[in-house]
Amino acid sequence: MEVTVTVRRRPNIADPAGAAVSKALRDLGYDAVAKVRIDRTIALTIDGEDPIAVEERVREMCERLLANPVMEDYHIEVGP
Amino acid sequence: MTTAVVVFPGTNCEHDVVYALRAIGEEAELVWHRDTDLSGFDGVVLPGGFAHGDYLRTGAIARFSPVMTEVVRMAEAGRPVLGICNGFQILCEAGLLPGVLLQNRDLKFICRPVHVRVEHTNSILTRAAQEGQVLEIPLNSYEGNFTATDVAHDALEAEAQVILRYCSPAGVVDTAANPNGSVANIAGIMNPGGNIAAVMPHPERAIEDVLGSSDGKIMFESFAASLEDANV
Repeated sequence: MEVTVTVRRRPNIADPAGAAVSKALRDLGYDAVAKVRIDRTIALTIDGEDPIAVEERVREMCERLLANPVMEDYHIEVGP
Repeated sequence: MTTAVVVFPGTNCEHDVVYALRAIGEEAELVWHRDTDLSGFDGVVLPGGFAHGDYLRTGAIARFSPVMTEVVRMAEAGRPVLGICNGFQILCEAGLLPGVLLQNRDLKFICRPVHVRVEHTNSILTRAAQEGQVLEIPLNSYEGNFTATDVAHDALEAEAQVILRYCSPAGVVDTAANPNGSVANIAGIMNPGGNIAAVMPHPERAIEDVLGSSDGKIMFESFAASLEDANV
């Protein structure tokens, strides 16, 4: 089963890389760019038939390792 | 008194730390991150480097290395546990210290001497120093930007757990003296008990005048004095 985890910094945590890209885009003339955030995508292939059980397992992985609860949120997508 | 200096795959400051400890008359030995018994040791140092390649997040994988069970046991037993640079990041990921180290504000790897002011002297890292003392120590990191939630930062300040702040050579703590964007210029913190401490700059690289500064020595002397105490 294919699972995609998106890990993103909490809105109140600084994202220096996103800020740098945002500035570069504005320097290129894209004045409409108000903000850039850079997320991390983690693609997992997991043995299992039950999407709910798999999602639960991945949630545990996120809490323990894939995301840092101090600064990041995560979103899990199981499928297709 | 023997100190364990932990080597993860990617650690690169372990020999400097052993050298620094031996230079002040302490015994120190390297231990591999897969070791599961540190019962013969009185304290432990997590040195700098790039443990497990810093993959995912700095310290994220290292905190699950087998040796960390023993590090947590020693920390809970009140033994001195010191993290330097990458070791700081690992202690935060392990939940032994609050906060997290993000990329530097200006996205630059910083490698130069910086000044830090001693804020409190009740930690294993600062007890031999004077409050307000300014130390010159090399900083060498890309992810040294200490960040914490407002609640966590307030707690650190309220409980006097901030032990070192980046400052000017004269000891002024301000934005101009903040090399990496760390909240409130924080360069080092401790747990409420003071036996777990971490610092972003590298004291082991400032232990002899020939290195440009010997100010780091006072941190190892603090650590050594704490080893004695923990055994009383």
